Order: sequence, then C-alpha cells, then structure tokens
Amino acid sequence: MGLGRFIGTLLGRSIDPQKRRERKSFQESLEKNIWGFIIMIAIVVSIGGIVEIVPLFYLDNTIEKLTKEEDSIRPYTALELEGRDVYIREGCYLCHSQMIRPFRDEMERYGHYSLAAESKFDHPFQWGSKRTGPDLARVGGKYSNEWQVQHLRAPRSLVPESVMPNYAFLENHKLDGALTEQKMRALAVVGVPYSDADFSGAAAGVDGKTEMDALVAYLQVLGTMVKFEKGKDYRE
Amino acid sequence: MVGNPPETPNYNLTIIKAFAVCAVVYFIVGALVGDIIAWQLSFPSLNLNEYLSFGRLRPLHTNAVIFAFGGCTLMATAFYVVQRTCAVPLWSNKLAWFTFWGWNLIIVSAVVSFPMGWTQGKEYAELEWPIDIAIAVVWLSYMFNFIMTIANRKVSHIYVANWFFLGMMIMITYLHVVNSLAIPVTMTKSYSIFSGVHDAMIQWWWGHNAVGFFLTAGFLGIMYYFIPKQADLPIYSYRLSVLHFWALMFGYVWLGAHHLQYTALPDWAGSLGAAVSIAMIIPSWGGAVNGLMTLSGAWHKLRDDYVLRFLVVSLAFYAMSTFEGPVMSLKTVNALSHYTDWTIGHVHSGALGWVVMVSVGAIYHLVTRLWGREIYSVGLVNTHFWIHTIGTVIYICAMWVSGIMQGLMWRATDDYGNLAYTFAETVVAMHPYYVLRSIGGVLVLLGALIMLYNIIMTIRTAGQPNAAAARA
Repeated sequence: MGLGRFIGTLLGRSIDPQKRRERKSFQESLEKNIWGFIIMIAIVVSIGGIVEIVPLFYLDNTIEKLTKEEDSIRPYTALELEGRDVYIREGCYLCHSQMIRPFRDEMERYGHYSLAAESKFDHPFQWGSKRTGPDLARVGGKYSNEWQVQHLRAPRSLVPESVMPNYAFLENHKLDGALTEQKMRALAVVGVPYSDADFSGAAAGVDGKTEMDALVAYLQVLGTMVKFEKGKDYRE
Repeated sequence: MVGNPPETPNYNLTIIKAFAVCAVVYFIVGALVGDIIAWQLSFPSLNLNEYLSFGRLRPLHTNAVIFAFGGCTLMATAFYVVQRTCAVPLWSNKLAWFTFWGWNLIIVSAVVSFPMGWTQGKEYAELEWPIDIAIAVVWLSYMFNFIMTIANRKVSHIYVANWFFLGMMIMITYLHVVNSLAIPVTMTKSYSIFSGVHDAMIQWWWGHNAVGFFLTAGFLGIMYYFIPKQADLPIYSYRLSVLHFWALMFGYVWLGAHHLQYTALPDWAGSLGAAVSIAMIIPSWGGAVNGLMTLSGAWHKLRDDYVLRFLVVSLAFYAMSTFEGPVMSLKTVNALSHYTDWTIGHVHSGALGWVVMVSVGAIYHLVTRLWGREIYSVGLVNTHFWIHTIGTVIYICAMWVSGIMQGLMWRATDDYGNLAYTFAETVVAMHPYYVLRSIGGVLVLLGALIMLYNIIMTIRTAGQPNAAAARA
C-alpha cells in the first residue's frame, strides 16, 4: 500500500485539481491553445525523422565507394526493367528479400553480403522484410534460364516443398514496348543515368518478348554487378 | 473526466454510425482476405489465378485492415470523442460526409487496384499515385474538421484523447506525403523518387509509424476516452498521460530504422533506431499502466462487463507487444527474428490483440450510445470475446514457434560447419504452424461475424421502442 501511495503521489494523483489549475505550466497553456498544441506536435514528431533520414543524403559513406574494377553497376536494360516491374506487380518482395546480411550462414547460403551501392538505381528499393522464400539478392546466374522459366511456371515441379504460386500466365503476356521508353524517361527524371540511346532502343529491347522473358532477365542480373575483392570489408 | 454538459448540443451522430458500421464490415473483409492468404501459404494450390495470388492479395489484406477497418474506426471514434469532449457539434457536417464518401471511395479503389497488380511496391503504401493524392485530400479534410471542432470547443481544456488523435493526424500527413512521393509513368504506374538505401529508410520510417501513429497513437486516443467512459471512472493519472503523450510523439518516430539492422543502411542509423526502441518501453508501459490502473479498486466490473473486458485485455496485449517490439529490435535478437514469421506474429499480437480489441470495445460501447439501446445479446459479446482471444493467441503462438524455428534452422550448421538445412527443408517445417495460424484466423473471422450479427440486431431492435423493455 505504501508503495502504491508513493507512486500515486509521484504521478500527481494527490494534487488537488484546483491547485493544478492554478499552476501555469507550458503543458497547461498548450491544452488551452489548439494552434500552439498543433505547432508543438508538428515540431516534436519531425525531429526523429530529420535526424535519421536527412544525413543519409549528404554523408559520403552512406553508399560505399567502389573501385573501377569492382564497380560495374548500371541501370537495368529495357528487358530487365520490364522484368523488375513484373516482380513488383506480383508482390514478389513480400516473400523474397534482396538484402543479404553479413552473417556466416547467409553468406554461405546466398553469397556476399549486399551493398547499398547495388540498389542505388532501384526505385523503389526491393530489400524486402520477409523470407517466406529464399533471398534473391544474388540469384543471378545461379540457375539456368530454362530452370527459372520452369520454376516460375510450376514451382513445385522443381521444388516439391515450395509454397510459391504458379506464374505460368506470364508467358501469355506480351510486353508493350511503347511504355518501356516512358518508364526509362520517368526514371531518368529521378536520377537513373539512362542515355538517349537507351530511350531510342527501349522498344526494340523488349520487342516480341513476354513478361516471363523479362522476369527471368531481371532475376539473372540480380547481384551480378559488383566484382567483390576477397577479404575486403565493405562496411567500415 | 469530462462530464456531460447540462444541455446536449446537436451532435452529429449519423456520421459516427456510418463510420462504425463500415469499420465492422471492413474488418470482416480484411480478416477474410487475411485468412485466405494464410491458407494459401498452407496450401499453395489455393492461389487460384493471377488476380487472386498471394502477392496481390497480401497488400489487399494489409490495406483493408489498417486503412479501411482502422481508418473507419479512427474516424468514427475521433469524430465522436471530439464532439463529446469539446461539447460542440462537428465544425462541418458537409466536410465530414466528404471525408466519409472520399474514404470509402479510396477503399473501393484499393479493392480494384491490388488484384489488378497496380502497386507502388512499398509495403503498406502500395496504392498508386492518383489514389495517394485522394488519400491526402480526404485525410486533410478529416484533420481540418477535427481541429476546427476543437477550436470551437465550449470547454477550456483539450481532453487527452484528442491530443493522441491530433498527433496521429499530423504525423500520418507527414509520413504519407513524403513516403508516397513518386514520378508517374501512367495512371497506374509510378516510381518512388527515392532509391535504394534512402528509399529503404524512408519506407521504414513510414512503415513503423503507420504502426506507431495510425495503429497506436490513434487507438490510444480511443483508450483514453472509452476506458474511463465504460468503467465510469476517471483516468488514473493526468501526469502519466502527459508523459505518455509527449514521449510517444517524440520517440516513436525514430524506430523505423530498427527494421534495417545489419542491412546496407549505415550502422549508426539502425543502432539509433534500436536504442530509442528500447527506451520506448517506458512510455508504452506508462500508457498501459495508466489505462489499467483506471480500474484500480473497481476490478469487479470486469466480471460482468464484457465490453470493458475487450478494452482491458487490449491493454494487456498492448503492454505485451510493446515489450516484445523493443526486444526484437535488440541486435542479437533481430539477427534471428528478422525475415521470419516472428515479425508477423509480433504485428498480429499488436493488431489482433491491441488494435482490434480496443476497437471492438469502443464500437460495442458506441453502438449502445448511438442507437440508445442495450446491446442485443450480452452473451454473444462474451462469445465474441473468447473466440477472438483464443484465435489471437493461437495465431501468435504459431508464429512464435515457426519464426524462432525458422531463424534457428537457417543458421544451423552440422559438425563440419556446413549449413544443416536447405531452404526448402525449412519451408516444410513451417507447414503445421501455417495451418494453425489459418485456424486462428478463422476464429477471429468468426468472432467478427458474430459481432456484425449482434450489432445488426441491436440496430433493428432500436427501431422498436419497447423491445429492450420487453426483453428485460
């Protein structure tokens, strides 16, 4: 009981409401002034975001510096870009991450841990948050194109344990080349270094291809753009 | 506690009725879609076609429960609480109906969008840019009406529940606008203006605060009004609510970075997020204690007040998940829990345990007040309580086991240092827990259907003046 009363006193339970009203505190004045209250809230809730987000845009070490030999990171080709859009449309990121953490088991299972540089052209990022299926950050080149197509058509024909949906319908969807150029131009606006040659070649790059071809092209390029130097620490 | 003013002003209760009924209906829709995708993970052949595959339905589930059910609940309760505690009617009825129809239109557009695969590809912010603009406009109409009603108030102080609603509205405006910034290609396709690591940080700043503000601060507003009201007792401590409020407003914003530990996000950001996450136990538990201690000396009320049971048990879940969250943000724990079902379990202990239960309690309370009748069947409220609680506990436990097992199996090595399990083997191991989770979901859905029936019957008998008396 003693402790209860002590805590009660500490929390102001025993303070007479009349007396509380007489004390002029900042809180008290806010409670009577809606506009002041709004401004205070607007300031208080913005601090955390400003501290955590804004520096990422100007701190040099946010995105790793790679040497010329290591760095062959490039924007996606027309076909890969269309494949990436299929990946996003189908919600693949809800079950597959693209972010290998620097743990022994993950590097053994998936390959070198992921770098920020590797997703610098990814609008939006596709790191994911859940591994109902395996990580795909370095799936590029691990399986043949034929394997990928068959796996997308009917995952359980190759991996009986899989719970992935069938994506056979992607083979019936032809790509619309007209949109590819628009997509590249939109991405160029937000900083992806596409050139005029990319724009003019966009339609031809996807001509006659299906969404299945595009998705496989995208999967096959994942994680293949950096040549890692053995033993080098990329996260200092 | 705010007493009723001598003369009851001309409150707009019709809008509250509309939002409250929508909330119940949308919860059933959201839970149904959630349970369908849970069964799809148990039995993948249930992915019937391209429009109804897991990847397209999952955003429909999350958006339906968070924004359709959660949003309608917040709009019903905020509009109710602000009128009652400020002793004035809503500033504008027309604007309130604009909010109502606008929000519902957005929900309908989401139901079309997701099966079609129109998505921005950012979790809980999947809706495409034209809908995002509509959300911003409707959201501001909601906030503006709320603020102007407070500005018109007849009482000198702004009641604590309104602080939480207000904080939620302001922060959600920031989050939604910044995180949804995108460059359009067509009406149904756009790209985030941010990329890679920056996009990741902004996404999880949004992602965690959709939880922290939409699903926590807003629902704490509900807690601070409906628990004292249902228990007919004043809130335990005024000072604790001041502390709870400002600490929550300041602290929650930092937590998003803990979703990105050990990723390519610079370590300082993730660690900062984790450090503040741990500190957040204090205000969170302070708030839970404040709600629970309100019943101090009156615990016997729980024996036969089933609505109060929902409200109080929701706080127990709130305390549990706000303890679990900081634990999961610890680096060593996060290394295991991240990417696993444990995260899914954690979200649902907060969502089904805290958010849904506090909402259900508030909606039962609202229905009796709005239609001026006792609830049709108290027995059914009790049935709902137990079915929902059992369903939730089954769900959470299944995900704890599968999540921790998954994490341990992924990292297990044999005597020679090779990985002990292939990924496929870990998928098989999850199967029984996925089935169990789906069954938990069925119970939750069943509870919601009972609630809808109970509410419909209450509304119907409200039309018959002597029905309540006759039953009594």
